Amino acid sequence: MNSSIPRLIIGRLGIGVLTLLIVSLVVFILTSLLPGDAAQEQLGQEATPEAVAALRAKLGLDLPVYMRYLSWLGGLVTGNPGVSLVNGMPVDDLIASRLPNSLKLAAATALIAVPLALSIGILSAMYRGSIFDRYTNMLAVFLVSVPEFLIATVAVLIFAVKLGWLSALSRSVEVDSFLQLLSVYAMPVLTLCCVLVAQMARMTRAAVIDQLSSPYVEMAVLKGARPMRVVLRHALPNAIGPIANAVALSLSYLLGGVVIVETIFNYPGIATLMVNAVVTRDMPLVQACVMLFSLGFLLLVLIADIIAILSNPRLRT
Amino acid sequence: MNPNTLPPSPKLSTSGARAEAALDVAFGDQPPKAVRRRAKRPISGALGLLIVGFWLLMALVGPWLAPHGANALVSFEIFGPISLEYPLGTDFLGRDILSRLLHGAPYTIGVALAATVLACLFGVVLGLVAAASGGWIDAAISRTQDALIAIPNKIFALIMVAAFGSSVPLLLVMAAFAYMPGSYRIARAVAVNVMTMDFVQVARARGEAMPYIMFIEVLPNMLRPVLTDFGLRFVYVVLLLSAMSFLGLGVQPPDADWGSLVRENIQGLGEGAPAVLAPAVAIATLTVGVNLIIDSFGARAKREMEN
Repeated sequence: MNSSIPRLIIGRLGIGVLTLLIVSLVVFILTSLLPGDAAQEQLGQEATPEAVAALRAKLGLDLPVYMRYLSWLGGLVTGNPGVSLVNGMPVDDLIASRLPNSLKLAAATALIAVPLALSIGILSAMYRGSIFDRYTNMLAVFLVSVPEFLIATVAVLIFAVKLGWLSALSRSVEVDSFLQLLSVYAMPVLTLCCVLVAQMARMTRAAVIDQLSSPYVEMAVLKGARPMRVVLRHALPNAIGPIANAVALSLSYLLGGVVIVETIFNYPGIATLMVNAVVTRDMPLVQACVMLFSLGFLLLVLIADIIAILSNPRLRT
Repeated sequence: MNPNTLPPSPKLSTSGARAEAALDVAFGDQPPKAVRRRAKRPISGALGLLIVGFWLLMALVGPWLAPHGANALVSFEIFGPISLEYPLGTDFLGRDILSRLLHGAPYTIGVALAATVLACLFGVVLGLVAAASGGWIDAAISRTQDALIAIPNKIFALIMVAAFGSSVPLLLVMAAFAYMPGSYRIARAVAVNVMTMDFVQVARARGEAMPYIMFIEVLPNMLRPVLTDFGLRFVYVVLLLSAMSFLGLGVQPPDADWGSLVRENIQGLGEGAPAVLAPAVAIATLTVGVNLIIDSFGARAKREMEN
């Protein structure tokens, strides 16, 4: 039986790679459906046909579609996703300069949101139906129904405009002191946390409640174990898989949420880079960013799957 | 029927992509019967119906009710306060916000509604086909939908706008595509369950054609989960479209949906102008209203499916 864990994990990896391949195909087809010619666009209408043809050859646009797809895919795999059409810089350099900032933001958010959400989720599952449970439930439904930009603008209104504690824009991410750190990260992190905590707490609650309604928990209650013990000792170890799943899926929300939050607070991360690339229709950059975000999503899901596999004692013997 | 198999169970079963499905499960959950206050539920549900009904009506007749044109410059005061003449103040050019809000309602609500209908229609039909055929057809459809889920919705929206430019038809198609996979997963999971039921077996034994089994036997028995899912998906679509407009990549000027109204008046935030708060609050009331309906409706759907 021991060989089943590696086999399952390899299977998951295989599915992940296959999914990523389909994603790359979808992204490539979407971005090359329109006959719009990058070479023509770059040179303008007055360009001579010869110049356009030369640039087309240089960009590889004169090759058949499947050849372009294969060379693009090969470039992605070997870490050479092309050159920005707008400023001629290599796409991987552009991404490398922004990625750490986004990861810092995501890490700070996760560091605050995950413990908070897990505590709220587990507590509201333990005291299911209590006032605490009902009000956190109501708040969660409200927070996930409200657009992020509303939360962000209200945060700016309160903390930057009315109270004057924080600056509305993150002008630099180089921080020297704790106060500076706080002023840069406080509002973006707060905004991201609102939605994230609400989602994660709800999903954690559902996972724990799922376990609490199973026969072995009833057994533990009947034999007289204290409620705290029932939850922490009996139910929680079994809920690790689903909870890991909930955490990963909620964190994957960050991948979309940063788009709005980075833009509002003018944070120099990967999402602002992508929004700018969309505005300027810088396709190589857009393609690379989409692949990066999808990779992030698949990695999160993969980690959750692996934790679920590892935390399942039936597979361990 | 085993209630655990109804929503795609987040245990060990499926592959990567069940983000929205799991979310929907989490939000469809209700406190146990014993502690649920009998009087409270219907009120919140009715309140939701009232709010959503009001906005749906406004999406239909709003542009005719608006006291001014969408782009009429009516006041010299920019970011004007709430007054009798301009009930929601004026915007950054001195236009009446109430009028702009009413003219924007068809964009925000109409486009989102149409996109959600398309997403659910294709999702449910594909889900039915996958559940009824099984085998490699099921595998092929499921794998493709999983790949679509792996592109986060906002990122998918961005790449669509980058590729095709922003227009109302594109936004509609984009939102429909972005939310089809989630609808597909729910529909397929429910349909697989219904397919195992006795009356479907009987219909198969009778030799009914596949479309008959899919639409006459199976579909009516999965309406409630599908409708609940429809509501949730509508909320997601409204939020996505508003976010796109807020980024300036959604509905393009001179037309404006509620997201664009927030964007263009963001300078008024410093003064706490109603111009920026009113459209944001409009979006929030719409989505919270739908959630209130789902809360009371979904609880019933869940109970019925479990019994």
